Amino acid sequence: MLGWADTLLQGILLGGLYSLYATGLSVIFGIMRLVNLAHGDLIVLGAFLILAATSAGVPLVVACAVVVPLMFALGYGLQSLLLNRALGRNILPPLLITFGLSIIVQNGLLETFSADTRRLDVGSLQSASLPLGGGIAIGVMPLIGLAAAIAVILLLNALFYRTALGRAFRATSDDVEIAQLMGINNRSIYALTMGISLAVCALAAFFLGTRANFDPSIGPARLLYAFEAVIIGGLGSLWGTLAGGIVVGLAQAIGAHIDPEWQILSGHIAFLIVLVIRPRGLFPRAVD
Amino acid sequence: MAMLETHDLSAFYGDFQALFGITFTLEEGETVAIIGANGAGKSTFLKTVAGLLRRPPPAVRFDNRDIGALPAYDIVKLGIALVPEGRRLFSSLSVEENLLVGAYGRRIAGPWDLPAIYRLFPVLHERRHAASTALSGGQQQMVAIGRSLMSNPRVLLCDEISLGLAPIIIRDIYAALADIKQHGTSVVLVEQDLVHAMSVADRAYCFQEGRVSLTGRPRDLSRDAIHAAYFGM
Repeated sequence: MLGWADTLLQGILLGGLYSLYATGLSVIFGIMRLVNLAHGDLIVLGAFLILAATSAGVPLVVACAVVVPLMFALGYGLQSLLLNRALGRNILPPLLITFGLSIIVQNGLLETFSADTRRLDVGSLQSASLPLGGGIAIGVMPLIGLAAAIAVILLLNALFYRTALGRAFRATSDDVEIAQLMGINNRSIYALTMGISLAVCALAAFFLGTRANFDPSIGPARLLYAFEAVIIGGLGSLWGTLAGGIVVGLAQAIGAHIDPEWQILSGHIAFLIVLVIRPRGLFPRAVD
Repeated sequence: MAMLETHDLSAFYGDFQALFGITFTLEEGETVAIIGANGAGKSTFLKTVAGLLRRPPPAVRFDNRDIGALPAYDIVKLGIALVPEGRRLFSSLSVEENLLVGAYGRRIAGPWDLPAIYRLFPVLHERRHAASTALSGGQQQMVAIGRSLMSNPRVLLCDEISLGLAPIIIRDIYAALADIKQHGTSVVLVEQDLVHAMSVADRAYCFQEGRVSLTGRPRDLSRDAIHAAYFGM
């Protein structure tokens, strides 16, 4: 019984990390209908950037504070200089570009940092935990990760639903042609969107790197978890994405509890089950 | 000098040419109707002026300035707003948010803000928190007009604002249009409904297959001339 309670708790915390992976993906899909196949690799890139900064002697928190805006700028540039050129009715060209980008980022990281596994060191926080009584303890870092995921969603929802810029984001998502008639430059909205997405990736990278080992090859698997979280949650709802991340996390934890070999597979099975029962996800918001 | 003019304006959808050398003028405070059959190029003309379709730079002049090369999001900031055919409200935004997003490109001071729109269409104030998709067709049309007014346009381009609406609603919409004109706004009215369009217009253009087939003051145009220009017979 105790083992199960612990398993569920760990699953929810793991889900917090997955929803951090997924939030950036959810935002760009929601606003641009763009699937970024390099999303996972860009998270790994963020982790290596933080690692490079800390190796140069920068404190971890400062490194993170630098890499988040850096990744925002990278996303803004990536969209305005590259992906905006492939805008159009056909969704295939941007998809192919991000596929190519994924390969470039993976191999670039391999060339620069080698295939060695790395880790971000948070010192004593790494193993710190809060005892909940009854023999269950909750890790401080995973808890901060879940809190960060919730904070990011609160912040993004405030941006999208409480500001004039947020209205412009949603209007662009609804009907890009009419949005332009309102004075909204869709290209700069898209660039901001990608910037936001990659800034969240950098934050996710921090929690990825402090939780487990990483190397240049693990991006695609992160993309898959993120994608499953977005689809399970339902398109267009960030709270849905959080729920989706937690569903994947829980399923993996439960699978691992039954048999460690089942961890990854049970996440995918949960995804398929949701697809069968609720094809539009648990909390669909977008109409299309 | 006309406030808005197009000179030898052509437009294409890919290889298909939709407009052939349209020359058009609009004076300050004037209301001009554009009539014509389906596929005559009326909507294309409005889209081209509003910047949604590419066109050569000198083909559109506004305030003695070539604006043909500007994208739609810059055109609206100069004071030209389009009420699109089919209303095209933002479906995930509430009524009030639809109106507010119309002010995103406002660079001009003027009479139109949220309270003014609610005075023009009181029913929208009652329904301001409703989803835009929950409104009736007439109310949606009011939101679409209000949304375009929020940028304080000097020229309001209206594409088929009476299409699919009940006669009593059309009367309300046209009453609002008279109000809008009184604020000095120039209006270009694309309509298939000849009677309404001609009753409010100072001048009219008839389009046929991408060309101007007839132009003049409504009272100077005979039924036969309009019929010929409309159907090409």
